Amino acid sequence: MDYLDQLESEAIHIMREVAGQFERPALLFSGGKDSITLVHLARKAFRPGKFPFPLVHIDTGHNFQEALDFRDWLANSLGERLVVRYVEDTIREKNLREPTGRNATRNGLQTFTLLDAIEEFEFDCCIGGARRDEEKARAKERVFSVRDEFGSWDPKRQRPELWNLYNGRIHKGENVRVFPISNWTELDVWNYIRRENIALPRLYFAHDRELLLRDGKLMATANGVIKPEPGDEVVTRKVRFRTVGDISCTAASESEADTLDDVIAEIQATRISERGETRMDDQLSEAAMEDRKKGGYF
Amino acid sequence: MDLLRFITCGSVDDGKSTLIGRLLYDSKSILADQLAAIERATKGRDDGSVDLALLTDGLRSEREQGITIDVAYRYFQTPERKFIIVDAPGHIQYTRNMVTGASNCQLAIVLIDARHGVVEQTRRHSLIASLLGIPHLVVAVNKMDLVDHSQDVFSNICIQYAELAKKLNVGEVTFVPISALNGDNVVDRSEKMPWYDGPTLLHHLEMVELSNDTNLTLPRFPVQFVIRPQTTELHDYRGYAGKINSGTFRVGDAVTVLPSGQTSTISRIEFNEADLPEAEAGQSVILHLADDIDISRGDLIVASDNQPTVTQTVEGMLCWMDTKELKVGSKYVLQVGTARTRCSVREIPYQLNIETYEQVEDVESLKLNALARVVLRTAQPIAFDPYSVNRTNGGAILIDETSNVTVGAVMLEGEVG
Repeated sequence: MDYLDQLESEAIHIMREVAGQFERPALLFSGGKDSITLVHLARKAFRPGKFPFPLVHIDTGHNFQEALDFRDWLANSLGERLVVRYVEDTIREKNLREPTGRNATRNGLQTFTLLDAIEEFEFDCCIGGARRDEEKARAKERVFSVRDEFGSWDPKRQRPELWNLYNGRIHKGENVRVFPISNWTELDVWNYIRRENIALPRLYFAHDRELLLRDGKLMATANGVIKPEPGDEVVTRKVRFRTVGDISCTAASESEADTLDDVIAEIQATRISERGETRMDDQLSEAAMEDRKKGGYF
Repeated sequence: MDLLRFITCGSVDDGKSTLIGRLLYDSKSILADQLAAIERATKGRDDGSVDLALLTDGLRSEREQGITIDVAYRYFQTPERKFIIVDAPGHIQYTRNMVTGASNCQLAIVLIDARHGVVEQTRRHSLIASLLGIPHLVVAVNKMDLVDHSQDVFSNICIQYAELAKKLNVGEVTFVPISALNGDNVVDRSEKMPWYDGPTLLHHLEMVELSNDTNLTLPRFPVQFVIRPQTTELHDYRGYAGKINSGTFRVGDAVTVLPSGQTSTISRIEFNEADLPEAEAGQSVILHLADDIDISRGDLIVASDNQPTVTQTVEGMLCWMDTKELKVGSKYVLQVGTARTRCSVREIPYQLNIETYEQVEDVESLKLNALARVVLRTAQPIAFDPYSVNRTNGGAILIDETSNVTVGAVMLEGEVG
C-alpha cells in the first residue's frame, strides 16, 4: 500500500473506533486544513451513513471571515450538524479577563469555551486534527489521549497504546481527545489534499492582502483584531497562510503560490517549520504547548 | 512510496538520541527554527557544541531530569520511503514503553556501544523485539570512532550478538558499524571503515523488503461499527465497517462470523461509496453480507475455510504495565481486536528473566515491567490467531475494570487444553 493509503486507512480506523467506543463524540472543526482533512476522512469512514458526531467549532471571535464562510459552506453541503460556541460568550459569562498587550491572543481562552461545550453536550470524546510532527509535546501524546474532568493532559500517566487497539474506557466526567492524523506530517496532509482534490479556503493560496509588519512577521489586519502600534508598518503583500487559526496568532508567508502544486513545492523547499513560521503562541516559551495541554488545550 | 515504522532501542549513553538527530539532520528533516531552538538550549550548557540529542528531548520535565519519560514519534522521508521513528526510552523501568512502541514496528534498531559490546540492556531490548515479533532487526554498533574504527571490535560484537540471537526467535538481523556523532555509515558512507562493504544504516532502512511482513493468507475482519443510514433510499442498507487485519476478502467468499459461528457470503465490498471486487490486509472498508444475520461491534468476520482459534482458555506472553501487581485470580477486561470480554488470570506458568531469559516458575504475582507466560479464562469465547503466526490478529490488551487503564499487553499463542 502507498503511504498515503496507509495513513488514510489508519485515520479511518481511528474514527470508527471513536464511533464504536463512545456515546457522544464530537469532531473539533476549525476551518483549517487539518480539520478539513478530518472531515474528508469522516466521509470515507461513515458514508453513506451520517457522521456519528457533530462538527464543533470554538470560535474565538478572531477568525478569518473566509474560514468561517468555508466552515458554514462545508457543513451545509455535507448536511452535517455544526455546533458553534463563542469565546466571547465565555468571557462575558465567566467574567474572564482578556489578555491585553502587544501580542495578546484569545487562543488560550478557547480552552474555557471548549470545556464548557464538553460539559453542555456531555461530549465524552473530541476528535482533533493535531499532528505529532507539529511540536515536541504533541510528539509524545497518544492517539487516544485521556483527559481528566479539567481537560488536563498528564504526560506521566498516559495509557500504553498497543497495536491498533485503542482503549477509550473512561469514568464519567473524563474525556478523551482523539487524533486520527497523529502520524501525518504537514507535507502528508498537503499531498493528501492534492491527491483527493479537497477544497480549501482561499487563505491558503497566494493573494494580495493588507498586513502589519511586526517583528519581521506579517500579521493580518482583518477585523481589527491586531491594533497597530508604533514600529508596526502597514504593508500590502502577496501572501498565503500556512496555517489558519486565530488571527491574533497566525502569521502570513509571502508567496506567489496560487495552486496546490506551487504550495507543496514551497513547503518542500522551506527551511522553517509550520509552527515556527506562523504560530506566535508557541514561541512564548520553550514548553508553551506542554503547558497549554496540561491546562486542557486540545 | 511506502511507509516503514521502526523503533530505536538504546539509551542516551548509547547515542540513541544522537543517532536520531543525525538521521533527521542528514536527511535534511530538521528545519532552521528547530535547529535554532536547540542552539538556544545548548547555550545553557558548558561545552558550547550543538547537541543533536536535544532534538529528541521533548518535555520540560524530561529536560529537567535529563531522561526520556515516554515514547516519542518522529517523522522524516527520503525519495524512497516515509519513515516513522518510534523513540522509546531505554531504561529498565520503561520496558512498558518499549513494548508500546515496538508493537507497531516492522523494524528495530538495537544500539550497541562499541566499547562495551553486548550488555544487559542489549539482551532486554532484543528479547522485547523478539516477543513483539518485529520481523527486521538492525544491530547498530555505535561509537566506532572510540575504538579506532576497528574491524575486529565490530566482528567480535557480531559474533557475541549471534550467540544471543540463537536463544531468541528473531527475524533477519543486519549489522552496521556506525558513529552517530560523526555521521559515519548513518546516511553517508564512512571513509574510516573501508573494510565494511554493507549498506549504510539509512540505505538499509530504505531498501529493506517489507512486502512479506503482511499476512495475506488469513482473512480476518474485526467489525468496528455497523453503518445503517435508515433513510428512505437506503432503508435496507446494512454495512459492516472495519479494517482488514490480515488476508484478502473477495466478493462471493464464504465467511463465518465469530464467535457466534453464523455463516454467509460477501455480497459487496465498499470503499468511499464505490464497490471493490476485493480488499486486502490494511484496508479500511465496508463489507456487506448476503444474509441478514445478527452482527455487531466485536464480531470477527473470517474466511469459512480458514478459521482462527476460538476458545475461552488461552495462553500467551504478557507484559505487565501497571504499578499495581497482577495476581493469579485477578479479573480484567481483555480486548482482542474490537471484542471485549472479562477474564481472570488462571495461572502464571513462568516469568521470564529479561536478562538471562531463564524461566522462573512458582510465580504468584507480577510487578510492573514483568514478562511472563499467563493462562487466561475468558467470560466469552475469543477468536484470534497465534501472535507468532499472525501478528495483526494475535495481540490483546488487558484493561483494569476499575481504573480503566491499560495494564497489560498479551501476545496470544493458543488454546489450553
